[in-house]
Amino acid sequence: MEEEIRFSHISMEFPGVLANDDISLSIHRGEVFALVGENGAGKSTLMNILYGINEPTAGELFVRGEKVTTFAPKAAIDRGIGMVHQHFMLVPSFTVAQNIVLGHEPRSAAVLFDNRKAEKVTRELVAEYGLEVDPSAEVRDISVGLQQRVEILKTLYRGAQILILDEPTAVLTPQETDELFEVIRRIVREKNMTVIIITHKLYEVMAISDRVGVMRAGKLIGVKNTCEVDERILASMMVGRPVLFDHLDKKGEPGEVAIQVKDLFVADNRGLPAVRGASFAVRKGEVLGIAAIEGNGQSELLEAITGLRKIEKGSVSVCGQPATGKSPGQIRQMGLSHVPEDRLSTGVDKVASVADNLLMGRHKEKRFNLFGFHQRRSTIDRYAQELYDKFDIRGAGIHIPVGSMSGGNMQKVVVAREFTFDTPALIISQPTRGVDIGAMEFFHTRIIERRNAGAAILLSSADLDEVFRLSDRIITLYEGRITGEFKADEITKEEIGFYMTGSRKEADA
Amino acid sequence: MHNTIWSTIFSAGTFNQMFRSATPVALAALGGLMTEHAGIMNIGMDGMILMGAFVGAVASYFLASAFLGVLAAVLFGVLIGLFFALFTVKLKSDEFIIGCALNTFAMGVTAFLSREIFGLSGTSGYAVPSLPVVRIPLIRSIPFVGDILSGHSVFVYATWVLVLLMWLFVYRTPVGLWIRAAGESPETLRTAGKNPERMKWIASILCGVFCGLAGAHLSLGYLNGSFVEGMSASRGYIAFACVIFAAANPPKAYLAALMFGFFDALGLRLQNYISSDLTGTIPYLITIVMMVYVVVSAQKRRERLARQQLLKLE
Repeated sequence: MEEEIRFSHISMEFPGVLANDDISLSIHRGEVFALVGENGAGKSTLMNILYGINEPTAGELFVRGEKVTTFAPKAAIDRGIGMVHQHFMLVPSFTVAQNIVLGHEPRSAAVLFDNRKAEKVTRELVAEYGLEVDPSAEVRDISVGLQQRVEILKTLYRGAQILILDEPTAVLTPQETDELFEVIRRIVREKNMTVIIITHKLYEVMAISDRVGVMRAGKLIGVKNTCEVDERILASMMVGRPVLFDHLDKKGEPGEVAIQVKDLFVADNRGLPAVRGASFAVRKGEVLGIAAIEGNGQSELLEAITGLRKIEKGSVSVCGQPATGKSPGQIRQMGLSHVPEDRLSTGVDKVASVADNLLMGRHKEKRFNLFGFHQRRSTIDRYAQELYDKFDIRGAGIHIPVGSMSGGNMQKVVVAREFTFDTPALIISQPTRGVDIGAMEFFHTRIIERRNAGAAILLSSADLDEVFRLSDRIITLYEGRITGEFKADEITKEEIGFYMTGSRKEADA
Repeated sequence: MHNTIWSTIFSAGTFNQMFRSATPVALAALGGLMTEHAGIMNIGMDGMILMGAFVGAVASYFLASAFLGVLAAVLFGVLIGLFFALFTVKLKSDEFIIGCALNTFAMGVTAFLSREIFGLSGTSGYAVPSLPVVRIPLIRSIPFVGDILSGHSVFVYATWVLVLLMWLFVYRTPVGLWIRAAGESPETLRTAGKNPERMKWIASILCGVFCGLAGAHLSLGYLNGSFVEGMSASRGYIAFACVIFAAANPPKAYLAALMFGFFDALGLRLQNYISSDLTGTIPYLITIVMMVYVVVSAQKRRERLARQQLLKLE
């Protein structure tokens, strides 16, 4: 095996943080190398060094034996390194071909951009690598899976020999993920390319990689041949202690209906119909999971139920009371709590303290204020401290602004507040987005605790594994319509994928 | 009576005036669409035009050459563009505030300097050389059309060429692509190995140059060269409206400017029948109507798309 890349004692220090701590790692030509680790473990920082976005504060980097001296994306591109970022780097109003050639445009008459040639080059690339996509389509009109292809084609056009993929499957359906892996295998096999894939989905590491490196707290904990490890070993290496992952104890039988949705129509921000005639019910003591690709109406659906979005047609009732057209506050009073999908914009007040965020929604209670206007700080602090400890929130105490905490701890603040309302109905959206494995375990246990205590839980998550783990029943949503309803233990992820993409409907099954 | 109004409105003179009035707006709009594409909100064009007009007049007077006046206005435009980019791109100040400051500063400094140099009455009474008028052979002798198309200052014709050049530049050159990418998705451009800030500098400088030209046309493009305080008369804002109206597409922006020019010309014609205070408001009223139309038509288009999508899915 020839060596393609070598990190030699690389350290990267940001003010106050040692993001990479003395990392030495060698990656071979023609292998698929997986880099795993929790959020903040330093994977992205290390890859940003390779792609020239960061210059390391210590250590040396070698590409094909040559020492790297200039750290800039342009220099990295010239060295044959391509990176597909987690957030796609595409210009939405440009065509596929224009996006692919951006920065290295074919020209005619020396100064003019030659669009015809750009499309021809794109068609050639498409044919060579078997990545089917229409060169003249505008990027904003194509699916996320196709946009990712454009990203990969872009790196290939620039002559990449090394391809870095940052969380490439986060936005893909199971089918699209399979297709992506097929592409990765082909470019490695046929073009002898080197692929580095950053991920936190361990079964994907097992499925695609030859070797895997585990990072934790800026250090490289170990490098293994994938065939010699399993998911459990990797998870323990990532967290630094054994992770009990497989057993969630679900108890009890579903009771009465707590959330009832009937023939619901909701519009999105542009006024287009986002939810078209959804009907379902969530019973007490069960978790109903929504499986859908982002942008198929799940966000609007949950916003409509919680009163944050106008209902165009249809009805919602919470614990037997009509909730259609009621304010979010009134709906909360009926017995519905909400862990919103975007914790930063709707879950917390970033600049308010942890204590104030934990108090929100209870500030009118008698025990926290005097005569309705004077806040009893000591009672509030005691209450906040209690939740802080109970939910294992880790940070610099209850008086710091929530915005300065890590994503996982911020989410703990939201969950601590919402779960403590002890309402019969709960809406939970993206409970573990951007949260590391250790904390993920914590959230899952808490959610099942609430379920076993008899709460009706409506769950939405972009992580299909999570939906499967937590749900008793699953509904699939495609373009605002419910395409299927299943018992979670009676269907596979692959089958669900067909319903999520609308290629199969329950009527056909 | 009615007959005379109609024949006044649709006379060759009106259309001749239309091109003349549209030209400074169109030139400024060509600059404004560059900053618009580069993702800079630029409401400072009015000030840029005003300063361009002043510098053009002063240089033309002292150097006794209208062409050198234009050249000075263009060079000054480069400086203004650099100044604007320094604050909005390099120092990352608020674009809106810098634009406002530029407009207010331009009003004050041109008024002050013009009084210092030419006295209270401005440049009237001084011989400021103006640009020659071009009479196109053959076309000038065609009745009606000749009266409309021939006999303008060289600016009017230069603008036609510039509109086409800018159209090519924006949509058919690599730098044009980069500038648009810098506005729409700067990080994408950065990862492609190009510097989005540099594109914003380029756009800003081009905007200064075009606004300088627009100003020079105001002070030097008519029969008698002159500078009048506040002579930009909000054309920078109208140009901004044209940019938005045209979605920053050069030929469309020129058509929008022509529309402005037509109503401006119309206002001048109607002065014989209605108070000039009232007719003077026509182009500005039309601008408001234009902007409302943009918003309403976008809304209509969204609704139509929504209906089509629904039909497709039913």
